[in-house]
Amino acid sequence: MLEIRYTWEWPVRITHWVNVLCMILLSITGVYIGNPFMTASETSQYIMGWMRFLHFSFAYLFTVSVASRILWMFIGNHHASWRAFFPWLSADGRRNFVKMFRYYTFTGKQISYEVGHNPVAATAYLGIFMLFLFQIGSGFTLYGQFAPGGFWNSLTGWVLVSISSQWLRLAHHGVMWLLAGFFINHLYSGWLMDVKERNGTMSGIFSGYRFIEPKDL
Amino acid sequence: MSSDHILNLAAIPEEILTRVEARGISRRDFIKFCTMTTAALALPITMVGKVAAAVADARVPVIWVEYQSCSGDSEAFLRANQPTATELILDLISLEYAEVVMAAAGHQAEAAKQQAMEKYQGKYILVVEGSVPSGADGAYCTIGGHSALEDCRKLVKNAYATICVGTCATFGGIPAAAPNPTGAISVMEAVPGAAIVNLPGCPVNAENLTATIVHVLTFGRLPATDGLGRPKFAYGKRIHDNCERRSHFDAGQYAQAFGDPDHRQGHCLYQLGCKGPETFHNCPTIRYNEGTSWPIMAGHGCIGCSEPGFWDTMSPFYRRLPKVPGFGIEDTADKIGLGLAAATAVAFGLHGVASCFRKHDAMEEDKVVKED
Repeated sequence: MLEIRYTWEWPVRITHWVNVLCMILLSITGVYIGNPFMTASETSQYIMGWMRFLHFSFAYLFTVSVASRILWMFIGNHHASWRAFFPWLSADGRRNFVKMFRYYTFTGKQISYEVGHNPVAATAYLGIFMLFLFQIGSGFTLYGQFAPGGFWNSLTGWVLVSISSQWLRLAHHGVMWLLAGFFINHLYSGWLMDVKERNGTMSGIFSGYRFIEPKDL
Repeated sequence: MSSDHILNLAAIPEEILTRVEARGISRRDFIKFCTMTTAALALPITMVGKVAAAVADARVPVIWVEYQSCSGDSEAFLRANQPTATELILDLISLEYAEVVMAAAGHQAEAAKQQAMEKYQGKYILVVEGSVPSGADGAYCTIGGHSALEDCRKLVKNAYATICVGTCATFGGIPAAAPNPTGAISVMEAVPGAAIVNLPGCPVNAENLTATIVHVLTFGRLPATDGLGRPKFAYGKRIHDNCERRSHFDAGQYAQAFGDPDHRQGHCLYQLGCKGPETFHNCPTIRYNEGTSWPIMAGHGCIGCSEPGFWDTMSPFYRRLPKVPGFGIEDTADKIGLGLAAATAVAFGLHGVASCFRKHDAMEEDKVVKED
């Protein structure tokens, strides 16, 4: 009998969609800042100014969103918990990881049927959270340079003593592209699981509900 | 505030001016030197009198040594200033040893250095130009039979303070660029924990060196420095944030090639690889050669010569970002990233097509599940 299970609580859904919005906006404005593809015809225009303003504003929003999600890892249900991102710590998780990995690589037929994240996805999200934190850290380090001795610079200035700002900037660019690759993968995997699991993978991130057949768990 | 009031604030006692004039330096030049140096140090106008008093009487012994260098900093220091300013500075300091300008040579010169070090122990200012090679036990640079490393350690430890001039002495500079065959290191790395002020730049801006010395003379201590040992008065702001072309950057007006209409209009050099956004230096305000000009004013982007990791992290000079390690010189981070994203899309696309044709891999419940 199908059960309707409330899986993704509202903070998970909200931070998910805020992250999506931020990542798209930060990527577009970030690419523009790195390589201004539109140029102004008059000095009275303020294209780069607005791009940077948007980049920094959404950087703050993104930081708040990621921080809230991390906080929710300690408050929310067990699907949102930080434990969900370390599936290979349990024997079950390890078994399901292999099962899911084999499914993805066409060497196995069975999906590891899960209510929350499947173990392969959860591992990927752990990596993605690390990349998020890296982008936030490197971003604010680079941003802080505008005011030496200011809040961000006092907080992050030590980074630039050990690594040149240019390498950090290169890494900030590189990680954006890794996240772009993840974005494509994430859309695809979402669609694939929506088709194969038939439990409302896609609608779950809008509504929070998934339709679970307990026999399959 | 009336102009009279400002003049009173900046007043230099008549007695000092007379004394300086007796030495053959015009009042005008002396006042100019004192006010400009006070401004360079970011001190208030009321400090001019104090600076003048310190400058008029002082004579500080200086030992200027060169290791792996091109003497560019010596050249910049000796030639950039107007003759009167040079006179003033050379009056200010007593140059005990300086390879580029001293008459003595060989063992005589080395003996003079040793003598000066002993005579002014703990009192002299050491100026170091050039990086220190640490490879092969320091064999890559020896002076009078001693390695640069040995010489440097001895001189730094006996000095009142050490001023590293130029990017080589401060961060290793060009000799330390990959693959760094001589194991070149900065003075800070060669003598950790010593009282060192770093004045990077290729070459150092003579005004900053003068100002640092004047600071020591006026206040009896080294100027406040940042995490990299650079005085905040000279390296406290990013070039980009004080740039005269900044409004074009914010507007979105960029020169795409040297000599194109935007370049001729004096638009921002960001797209031509200007490293102003990465570089902390007072070039835009103090400029070079008596305030004549500086690279961005002359139409060429900043190459970030005063930053740690110059040359490796600031090249290619005409690109925004360093070369991605392991890829060809023509590959930029964004080209590689775009390739990565495209490859991901293709790979998952193919995976998706294959997945559509998979049979019996979905949930076991291929039958209709009836809800009650």
